[in-house]
Amino acid sequence: MAANNTETMTINMGPQHPSTHGVLQLILELDGEIVQKATPHIGFLHRGIEKLSEHRTYHQVIPLTDRMDYLAPMSNNLGYVLAVEKLLGITDEIPERAERVRVIMAELTRLKSHLVWLACHALDIGAMTVFLYCFREREHITDIYEKVSGARMTSNYFRVGGLSDDLPDGLEQQIREFAESMPAHIEEYEGLLTGNKIWQKRTIGVGVISAEDAVDIGLTGPSLRGSGVDWDLRRDNPYSGYEDYDFDVPVLNDCDTFARYKVRLDEMRQSSRIILQALDKLKPGPILADCPKVVLPPKQDVVNTIEGLIHHFKIITEGFKPEPGEVFQSVEAPKGELGYYLVSDGSAHPYRMRVRPPSFVNLQALPQMVEGKLLADVVAVIGTLDIVLGEIDR
Amino acid sequence: MSDQAIVEKIKAKFSSEVLDVVEFRGETTVTVKKEQIVDICTFMRDDLGYNLLCDLCSVDYMGQSPRYMVVYNMYNITTKQRFRIKAPVGEDEKIDTVSTVWGTANWLEREVWDLMGIEFNNHPDQRRIMLPADWEGHPLRKDYPVQGPDREPYQGRLS
Repeated sequence: MAANNTETMTINMGPQHPSTHGVLQLILELDGEIVQKATPHIGFLHRGIEKLSEHRTYHQVIPLTDRMDYLAPMSNNLGYVLAVEKLLGITDEIPERAERVRVIMAELTRLKSHLVWLACHALDIGAMTVFLYCFREREHITDIYEKVSGARMTSNYFRVGGLSDDLPDGLEQQIREFAESMPAHIEEYEGLLTGNKIWQKRTIGVGVISAEDAVDIGLTGPSLRGSGVDWDLRRDNPYSGYEDYDFDVPVLNDCDTFARYKVRLDEMRQSSRIILQALDKLKPGPILADCPKVVLPPKQDVVNTIEGLIHHFKIITEGFKPEPGEVFQSVEAPKGELGYYLVSDGSAHPYRMRVRPPSFVNLQALPQMVEGKLLADVVAVIGTLDIVLGEIDR
Repeated sequence: MSDQAIVEKIKAKFSSEVLDVVEFRGETTVTVKKEQIVDICTFMRDDLGYNLLCDLCSVDYMGQSPRYMVVYNMYNITTKQRFRIKAPVGEDEKIDTVSTVWGTANWLEREVWDLMGIEFNNHPDQRRIMLPADWEGHPLRKDYPVQGPDREPYQGRLS
């Protein structure tokens, strides 16, 4: 077909392009409609979060992590506080209630992130209605976020040793109702997409990556499980008490965009299951670990007692000093493995705070998934990799 | 296989390369010389099953010699185990790329070069990745001021 063509055309996709999910620039070399070469350019949103962290106390880094994957702020918080807790050696001290609430919020975050993924992915491919459905449910999660943390996106809710505040009255019931309603909503999305011929044509056999290639290029999360690799950190290296919950890890062997779509929808169902189990197991109790040297005192002590106020003031102004050492802690974020590598030199600031962003590594697979394929598939592949530029560029 | 057994295997195969073994919070870190890093990583992947390179990053230990440390966090998807290998790199020295061992390393090494300024031998595509191509300096270095390139180096908190 293209045998007589000797000229290729180079086009610039982004950084201001609605289908690049932020400020991603792709230089595409096209032969007709076939992509011969795709070169991603990133860094337009680079804010130097790793550098900034070296000049903050350990607690001051938590709000910075919100701003990486801004569609899943609580997962970022969770990974970071778990890493600091490991560095301090207080992982076993975290009270049960705090761990349960962390799991509930992390799974709501997964739902929230997957809803945006589905909405935008479908919109990019041309299914407008799904977008509106997904944002309808996402609004409920954002409301829950606002009630627990005061913010709808940049939550900054978890603290080293526990949570910043307990759940407000009546919220457990609201979360329960939401989680119970979710499977029916997922049926609605499936009704719009799964059997839809256009959706199938645009996703089946598109963006294929084999299991070996996926592991070699470092894909993680749903993108890897869509290629048939059965690996989920929540089950295989459990943290925050994930071993207490009964859930399945969806894995499909088709390696294409449709498989990844099915995997993520199943994950949303599993997230609702986990949330309901965690709510059943949730009992009243402390939400902060009993480690006064590093953990902030409960808020009512700070406002009611002078000792609490002094305690709070000391930890906020001076921070705490973990012993020298290094740890790597990762969590199963909605987009894949989110890892934090912390190096302490014994001072109150992290000597090095490295983030292993899932989107950054996943995006690296894009050229090999689109080269030799149609231009229209590029948009589908960007959607299926579920990238967030705030996290890629940091 | 326990971390201890893995360390023994590395020591048996690369006895002269291992510089240090540290265990902290249940994580084992092996520091090796940089000369045979590709062989060591290939051995980790093929013989010990560490098929996923989770992360490759660097740390600047300014004031020490050698100054930099390149850190490889790897994962074995079969046994669900983690392992960490580090290799010291001096100022104006280069280290071999491991992008031939794990494809992931390509961009991760580009990021290390961009932000920390450590060069990789035989890297297929060593360009800046985060910062513009004409940027001067490498921001993650400890002597790069946090306020910006034309400011005094950060002196620590004044309070």
